[in-house]
Amino acid sequence: TEEENTGARKIRAAFHVFDHKADNTVDVREVSTIIYSLGCFPTKADIHRFVDEVEEDNMGYVHLDKFLPVMTKVLLENKFPPIPEENLLQAFEVLDKERRGYMEPQELAKYMKSEGETFSQEEMNEMLTALVDEKKNLICYKELISQLTLDLDT
Amino acid sequence: TRSSTHTQHSYFFSYSLAIRAALLIQRWYRQYVARLEMRRRCTWNIFQSIEYAGEQDQIKLYSFFGFLMDHFTPASSERNLISHIFRENEICRDTEWERYFCYKDIEVPDSYTGPHLTFPMTFCGVSKLVEAFKQKQQLHARYVLQILGETWRLLRILPNINHVSVCQTKEITICGDLHGQLEDLLLIFYKNGLPSSEKPYIFNGDFVDRGKSSLEILLILFGFLLVYPNDLHLNRGNHEDHIVNLRYGFTKEILGKYRVHGKKILKLLQKIFSWLPLATVINDKVLVVHGGISNSTDLNVLKRSQVLSNLQYVSVLRPPKVVHQTLNGNRNEGDNGPAEGRRRVRSLTNHSSALPQRNSLPRRSLQNSSISHQLSSSVEDELKRRRRLAGFDQTYKNANGSDSDSDPDFAEAPELKTFPQIVNLLWSDPMPQNGCISNEVRGGGCYWGPDVTEEVLGRHNLQLLIRSHECKQDGYEFCHNRRVLTIFSASNYYEVGSNRGAYIRMGADLVPHFIQYQASRTCRDLTLRQRYNIQKRSALRALREQLFVHKSDLIRAYREFDPHHTGTISMRHWASATETVLKLGLPWRVLRSQLVSRTHYGMVDYQQWIKELSITEPKLEVILETMYKNHSNLETIFRIIDTDHSGLISLEEFRQTWKLLSSHLKMEISDKAITDLAHSIDFNKDGSIDINEFMEAFRLVDLSAHDQILCGCSSPIPAQK
Repeated sequence: TEEENTGARKIRAAFHVFDHKADNTVDVREVSTIIYSLGCFPTKADIHRFVDEVEEDNMGYVHLDKFLPVMTKVLLENKFPPIPEENLLQAFEVLDKERRGYMEPQELAKYMKSEGETFSQEEMNEMLTALVDEKKNLICYKELISQLTLDLDT
Repeated sequence: TRSSTHTQHSYFFSYSLAIRAALLIQRWYRQYVARLEMRRRCTWNIFQSIEYAGEQDQIKLYSFFGFLMDHFTPASSERNLISHIFRENEICRDTEWERYFCYKDIEVPDSYTGPHLTFPMTFCGVSKLVEAFKQKQQLHARYVLQILGETWRLLRILPNINHVSVCQTKEITICGDLHGQLEDLLLIFYKNGLPSSEKPYIFNGDFVDRGKSSLEILLILFGFLLVYPNDLHLNRGNHEDHIVNLRYGFTKEILGKYRVHGKKILKLLQKIFSWLPLATVINDKVLVVHGGISNSTDLNVLKRSQVLSNLQYVSVLRPPKVVHQTLNGNRNEGDNGPAEGRRRVRSLTNHSSALPQRNSLPRRSLQNSSISHQLSSSVEDELKRRRRLAGFDQTYKNANGSDSDSDPDFAEAPELKTFPQIVNLLWSDPMPQNGCISNEVRGGGCYWGPDVTEEVLGRHNLQLLIRSHECKQDGYEFCHNRRVLTIFSASNYYEVGSNRGAYIRMGADLVPHFIQYQASRTCRDLTLRQRYNIQKRSALRALREQLFVHKSDLIRAYREFDPHHTGTISMRHWASATETVLKLGLPWRVLRSQLVSRTHYGMVDYQQWIKELSITEPKLEVILETMYKNHSNLETIFRIIDTDHSGLISLEEFRQTWKLLSSHLKMEISDKAITDLAHSIDFNKDGSIDINEFMEAFRLVDLSAHDQILCGCSSPIPAQK
């Protein structure tokens, strides 16, 4: 079908960005980036399961022949759908108990590093650089959500 | 009580809500970062593919010259020109070298404000040198030659493979590629301290080319080498090679900084590079080498210094002659005159490889009226045989390339068994799959897999391979189950913010610790997104240049999809045709929106777009476009021809150069057009062309100078920086 063809083309294009030797293989560590770049929002657990299915016998690489059908299925079934903005906003408001509309960097850092699928220190540092408003030293999440979405669309 | 259970329950509920909220935010943020990373990687690929295509080009060009060398009839004047290119240094005996490089007659004038050196070198002397370079001073040619002379004398007695030990009280520091970026070396010294007997260092090759301070880096490293020969270790990189230097900027840097003595300095460096050690082994457990390994790597063969010291691989791109007499200690490289044919290097073409190859070499026909009619269909066979003899057409099937034993020429030339190993040590890259195949992208060395790592490390009883050669975003990267470690020390290599540099500290436990840095202060504070934008702009500019110089070929390719001459083609066809012409392996459909603004209903108006890219006038368009396209090749050819490095070539040499290039490119350019062009460039009409001004004139960015050429302007074009 037309939709399948478009999907397959997109998957191949994303795959080939990491296919350095032009032999239809990528390093297994790049798989998550490829999946995310196709507009999916998997959790780390989702990614582990995906990799288990497609990795070539624990060899550290993935061949397109295995990646394509699994990824196609993911796209067709919308397995890792995007997060609606309202849900994201609500998530921040859960952590920002007083509903101030912003959070202090340390507050968010505490959650990100101790709960859920925790961030490493490096991930945390990068996130703070990206999200913290320098002048106020705060994370004004309401504006951020729409701005970061805009970042990706341009 | 009920209320406390309720409180507990609502607490538990809100707690699990917090976890779910955190999960959601983490998922969202990781997706954002990954998408930015994807874009960054696309930009990176642009830089890297242009870089590697350049390297491949270089090897192809040089091997083409070699082929011409072997096939021109003796009467042809072109043959003299080419043999001129390959003529070995006339001075071959060591005593003559010493006399040639004598610095004693060079006076240092009173007006000289740079550092003065005394010999023997001391720690203070080198520190003074570092300080001076930090202040952007230039060392006088007399001192340069002195340092180089001392360095050469030292290197001759060093082994091919360094052996070092680390212990509890003595850690070692390992640095990767520096590529002339002095700021990075200074940053490393600042963070880590200067080399000394308490602070040993290994520098893993590629000290020169691309950056602006290659010579300063070399002088500092050689200075420390002279003071601490047991604690400062240098490994040769693929850029410690004068053929590569012709293209990638080191030769130009020297000639620009030392107009009078540059040639001598270059010749001395040529010898020094060939004497650099190939690898370093730490505690008999960790191998440090610039490129990597192959399935035939045998350190014991390489260790035997008498095998190599007689051969002196001046450039790895020029394999040694096959001689049928036995190896004897008196043989010198200068024994045979310039007219002797030498084995040439073609890129490694693994005919048995079944894998698809990006940037695969086009099979250029060498049909040209000036080339001897000796060319026939057996040319390919002849080339194959010679390549195998030279050790370049390796099939990597098993450890020693067994098909070589059946060839009588090969069996009699044991030194040729080491040569391919050297190429592999300096040019190879790791790959995730098992096996060992030719490195088509670079044109030299191989790709080796985790099984080869295990086998080679096992055979030598080693536990870790540290190499460089490839730029990594974080300055370092593990692969092959953490048995191979890449370390790269030139930060911001492709562009500001493109990557961090890193170095390794290693103690007796042989566990590597990494220190990362980025030389430019500004980029450290940039967010991921801002850094990405800078890189993207720069990459796009580089891409537009590539598109511009391939204009004619692009139009021809687009027209094939436009049989009715509408001037438009679909985006899909545009992408396909563009890749066919440029062969960079880039995702053109994704890039299209950044390169082509004009699309109507999914169609690209290619004629208008090409016109917009165009900056030339019709008159000299074809020649100029070809020259732009082969800008780097042309410069390399010039430098090869200008063997006395005078910076001047005669009009006749220019004409012959041009004819050579056009035969390489399979193009027809009339003699009259070439002569006209030569005359228009000879500004002072004295029958010679200054190379530097000529190359300046052809820089893409210098459009105003370009217009002056077209007007046949007779006044010299001022060099623009």
